[in-house]
Amino acid sequence: MKRNYLNANYSIWSWLLTGDHKRIAILYLISITLFFFIGGAAAVLFRLELLTPQGDLVIPEDYNKLFTLHGVVMVFFFMVPSIPAVLGNFLLPIMIGARDLAFPKLNLASWYLYIIGGIFTLCALLQGGVDTGWTFYTPYSSTYSNTAVLSAALGVFVVGFSSILTALNFIITTHTMRAPGMTWFRLPLFIWSNYATSLIIMLGTPVLAITVMLVGVERFCHVGIFDPRLGGDPVLFQHLFWFYSHPAVYIMLLPSLGVVSELIACFSHKRIFGYEFVAFSSLAIAILGFLVWGHHMFVTGQSMYAGFVFSFISMLVAIPSAIKVFNWTATLYKGSISWSTPMMYALGFIGLFTIGGLTGLFLATMAIDVHVHDTYFVVAHFHYIMVGGAVMGYLGGIHFWWPKMTGRMYPEGWGRVSAVLIFAGFNLTFFPQFILGYLGMPRRYYVYPDEFQVLNVMSSAGASVLGLGYLLPLGYLIWSLKYGKKVGKNPWHAYGLEWETDSPPPTFNFDVMPVVTRPAYDYDTEAIEQQYAESDPQDQLTAPPPEYDLVNTKH
Amino acid sequence: MSAHADSPPFLRHQFDDVLQQRTSAALGMWAFLLTEVMFFGGLFTAYTVYRYWYYPEWDQASRQLDVYLGAFNTFVLLTSSLTMAFAVDSAATGKQKALRRNILLTLFFGIVFVGIKGIEYTTKWEHHLVPGSHFEWHGMSGLRVPAIELFYVFYFIMTGLHAFHMLIGFGLLFTLWIQARMGKFSPEYYTPVEMIGLYWHFVDIIWVFLFPLLYLMDRS
Amino acid sequence: MSDHSFQVIPDMASNFSMDVDILYGFLVAVALIFSTLICVLVIGFGIYYRRGAKVDRTIETHSNVQELIWASVPFVLVMIMFSWGAVVFFDMKTPPENTLDIEVVGKQWMWKIQHAEGRTEINSLHVPLGQAIRLRMISEDVIHSFYVPAFRLKQDVLPAYFSQLWFTPTKTGTFHLFCAEYCGTEHSLMKGTVTVMDPQEYSQWLSEKTGDGPVQTGEKLFTQFSCDGCHKTDGTGNGPSLAGIFGKVRPLNGGGAAQADEQYLRDAILNPHKQVLTGYKSLMPSFQGQLTESDALAIIAYLKANSQSPAAAPASVTWNDAH
Repeated sequence: MKRNYLNANYSIWSWLLTGDHKRIAILYLISITLFFFIGGAAAVLFRLELLTPQGDLVIPEDYNKLFTLHGVVMVFFFMVPSIPAVLGNFLLPIMIGARDLAFPKLNLASWYLYIIGGIFTLCALLQGGVDTGWTFYTPYSSTYSNTAVLSAALGVFVVGFSSILTALNFIITTHTMRAPGMTWFRLPLFIWSNYATSLIIMLGTPVLAITVMLVGVERFCHVGIFDPRLGGDPVLFQHLFWFYSHPAVYIMLLPSLGVVSELIACFSHKRIFGYEFVAFSSLAIAILGFLVWGHHMFVTGQSMYAGFVFSFISMLVAIPSAIKVFNWTATLYKGSISWSTPMMYALGFIGLFTIGGLTGLFLATMAIDVHVHDTYFVVAHFHYIMVGGAVMGYLGGIHFWWPKMTGRMYPEGWGRVSAVLIFAGFNLTFFPQFILGYLGMPRRYYVYPDEFQVLNVMSSAGASVLGLGYLLPLGYLIWSLKYGKKVGKNPWHAYGLEWETDSPPPTFNFDVMPVVTRPAYDYDTEAIEQQYAESDPQDQLTAPPPEYDLVNTKH
Repeated sequence: MSAHADSPPFLRHQFDDVLQQRTSAALGMWAFLLTEVMFFGGLFTAYTVYRYWYYPEWDQASRQLDVYLGAFNTFVLLTSSLTMAFAVDSAATGKQKALRRNILLTLFFGIVFVGIKGIEYTTKWEHHLVPGSHFEWHGMSGLRVPAIELFYVFYFIMTGLHAFHMLIGFGLLFTLWIQARMGKFSPEYYTPVEMIGLYWHFVDIIWVFLFPLLYLMDRS
Repeated sequence: MSDHSFQVIPDMASNFSMDVDILYGFLVAVALIFSTLICVLVIGFGIYYRRGAKVDRTIETHSNVQELIWASVPFVLVMIMFSWGAVVFFDMKTPPENTLDIEVVGKQWMWKIQHAEGRTEINSLHVPLGQAIRLRMISEDVIHSFYVPAFRLKQDVLPAYFSQLWFTPTKTGTFHLFCAEYCGTEHSLMKGTVTVMDPQEYSQWLSEKTGDGPVQTGEKLFTQFSCDGCHKTDGTGNGPSLAGIFGKVRPLNGGGAAQADEQYLRDAILNPHKQVLTGYKSLMPSFQGQLTESDALAIIAYLKANSQSPAAAPASVTWNDAH
C-alpha cells in the first residue's frame, strides 16, 4: 500500500508529537467529536426535563448546570474549533499547494492547549458543575454563584489561546505559502472564509481572554471589578463579553459558509456565481461583526442612541449574507446537480441558514427585541444558524472530504438517510421554539406555565430524532474506515488542488509541488453531463474524472 | 517532495526558501503582537471607564505610588530595549561576543525592572494597599473605599500582567543566549533574535503607556 | 389567567402590544416570502437541473446587475425594519408626563412592588386600566429582568442603578410576569402576575393597605439611622441640609454637578463617595449592608415628600391625588 500520512508511522508518539497538519486535524476530529457528544448529552437531559411543566427530572441547580455545560462545551469546544481545526487544518495547505502550515509546532501546541482547556472545563464538571450560563453575566458569576466558575473560566481562557494560534497560523500561511500561480482570486472560497474567520479570532478572542481573567481575579481575590457594591459596573462585563462573543458567532458560521461554497460548486459541477462577491462578503461579515455587539444589550440600560447604531449596523450584516445565499442559488441555476449526501447537507444549509438569518432581523429590530430578548425566540434563532447552518455545513464537509482524509468512501445510502433525519429532527426541535419565544417563554427555565407544554413536547420529540440523526454518521463513518470502498484521487469529479493528490495524501501533501495556471472553480458543466450520459450509473464513483489539469506537472 | 538538497540547515521543511521563512516569521510575530494589543486593550478599556467615573478618588490613590521608582523603572526598561536593539544589530553583523553580551544586558535590565516592581509591591502590602480583606484607606470615611480600592485592583492587574509578560521574556532571552552560545546565529540567519526583539520592544511599549496612566494622573 | 386555547401570540394588554405585533407581522411576512422563495428555487433547480436531465445549460458566471439587485432589495427592506423598530422603541423609552410611578425591587428570587400610596405586594403588580404607569426598578443583588409578555415589554433590573419601564394597560385581566435574565437557582420561579383592574376597583384595592406607606417608613428610617445627626435642617451639621433636596442641582467636589434625582440620592446613601458635595469632606459612611434598596427607596420617598419643588424630575402623580 502506498505511503501516506496515515501509514507513514504507526507509533503513538508519531501522532502525539506530530507536526503534520493532517494528523493534527485527525487529533482534533477525535477530540471535538467527544466534546460534541458531551454537550449533546447535556441537551438530551434538559430537553427531557422540559417535557413537563414542572421540575421533576433534575433539581434546579442541576438544570442550570446542564444548560451551562451545553453552552460552554458547544460554543468553545465544538463550534469554534470544528471546521477550522479539523477541515481547515487538513485542507488549507493542500488547497493552496503547500507542504504544511507555516508553523507546524505552533499547530501542535494549539491542539495541546485545546486539550488542557478541555481538562480544566471537565474539572469544573467534576467539581460539581457551573451554573452561570455560558455567558457568565456578572455579578452573578463573579460574586454570587457558588459553583466552579474559576475552573470553567480557566478552561475558556486556555482554549481561547488554542483558537488564536490556529488563526495566526492560517493567516500567515495564506499570505506567504501559496503555490506559484495561486493568486488570491484563484483561491477556493473555503480559504477566503477561513481567512476571514481567522481575522476575527485574532482580534476578538484576546478580549474574551482578558474578560474571563478579570472575572477569575474577582472571584479568586474577592475584589470588585464588576461588583456594584465595590464600585464596579456589571454592564461593563457585558460590553467586554459581547465584544468577543458577537464576532464569535461569525467565527462559528463563516467556515461553514466556505464549505457550502465548495459543495455547491462541486455538486452543481459549476463555478460559483459571483466569486468575488462571495469572497468579499466573508470579509464584510467579519468586519461588520465587530460593530454590532450592543444588539445583545438593548434592554440592559444601554443608551438608546447607541442602540440605534447597533441596530442599524446589525441590519447591514444581513446584506453580505443575503448576497451569498443568492449567489449559491444562481450557481444551482443551469448546473448539473448531483444529490449526494454532502449536497443534501449544503442545500439543507441554505434553507435553514436563510430562516436563521431572517429571524436575526427580528432581533435586530429594537422594538421586537424588547419582547423576544432572553426568550426561546433567541434560542431558536441561533440554533437555526449554528445547528441548521454551521453544523450541517460541518457534516457536509466531513462527508465530502472523508474519502480524501481516509481513502475510503462512506455508505451513501446511510449518508442520505441521516441527512434527512437530521434535517427533519432539527426543524421539529427548533421551529416550535420561535412560537414559544413570542408567546413569552423565557430562556433557562426549568419550569414553565402549562400552556407552553405542547410546544415543548414537540421540541423534545424533535431533539430525539436529531440525536439519532447524529449518532448514525458516528456509526457508519467509523464503519467505513475498515469496510468502506477505497477511492482514488478524485471520487467526486471535483476541482481543486486537494483532488489532484492521493487519497489519503502523502505526508508532504504532493509528490510534485504544484504550479497553478487556471482560475478557481473551472468546472466544465457540459463535460460532466456528457460523461454521465455515456456512463453506467454503477460506475459513478470509480469512473475516471474529467481532466482537470490544475497543475503543470513538468515542474 | 523536498527539493532542498542544498538548502541551509536552518530552513524548515515546510518553506520553499529562506525569504518565505523570514517573511512568515515576521508576519507571524506582528500578528501575535496585534493579539496582545487586543488583550491589553480590553484591560485599558475597563481602566478608562472607571477612571472617568472615579477621577478624584483615582487621583488620590495614584499619589501613593512612588513616581520616582516608576520613572527610574521606565528608564531601566527603555535601556533594555536599547541593548536589545544592539543585540539585533550584533547578530546582523556577525559579532557573536557582542550579541551574547547584549542579550545578557537586556536580561539584566529586565530583572532590575522586575526587582524594583517587587519592592513596590512589598511596600504596597505593608501600607495595606493591596485589594482584598487586608485593604485599608485613611482619609475618607470607612476603610474600604470602593473607588480607591478599584484603582489598586487595576494597578496590580495591569502591572502584574505586564510583569508576567516580562517573565516570559526572560525565558525567551535566556533561550536566545543559549542558542547564541551554540553559534546558531549568523548574518544569514538571526530571525529569532529579531522576533524576540520585537516582543521585547512591545512589552516595553506597554509599560510606556502604563507608567503615565497609573503614576502620572495629575501630578501638578 | 385568560383562557388559553392554543395561541401563537400572547394577549395584547398594553398600548405597545398592537404596535409590536404589527411590526412582527411585517417581519413574518418578509421572512415567509424570502424563505419560501429560496426553498422553492433551491429545490426547484435541484430537481430541474439534476444530473442527467436534458435541459439548457448555457451558463453565466457572474452578473453585477444581479448582485446590485439582490443587495439593494434586502437593504431597503432592512432599513424599513430598522426605522420602524427604532421609532416604536423610542416611544417605549419616552414616558409621558403624569405617569403613575410604582417602585419595583428585584431580588433572588422575588419581586417586591411598592405603590406610592403605601400598598406593597410580592410577585404581583396591580395597575389601573388606561393610566400611564412608570416602574422604577432596582435589584438588591444580581441582574434580573422584568418581563410581561402581554405588554410586549421587558427591562433589565440592575443592582445599584435604577432602570425604568413605562406602559398604559389597555385590557383588564391577569397576565404573566417573568424574570427574563438568568439570576441563579430559582430564576424560573421568580415569576408572578400583573393584574389590570378597572380604575374604581384599583382605588378600592389601593385603599386596602396595611402598615406604613413608604414616606412614613422613610421618615422612621431617617431617625432610626441618625441621618438627622449630620443632616440637620439648618445646615449646621457635618452634612448638608436635605430640605427641599429632590430635584436640586448639586455642585460636586472635583468639578461638575449632578441633579439630586432618585439615582443620586440612592448613591448618596449606599455609595456616598461616588459624588461629594462641594465644600464638604467625604465623611459620610456608606449604609450598604445596613439598608436595603427598599429602605433607600423609602427614605427617598420621604425626602421627596419634603421637597417643595420637585420640578426637574419628570412629572409623576399619585393615584389618590389624581382621583
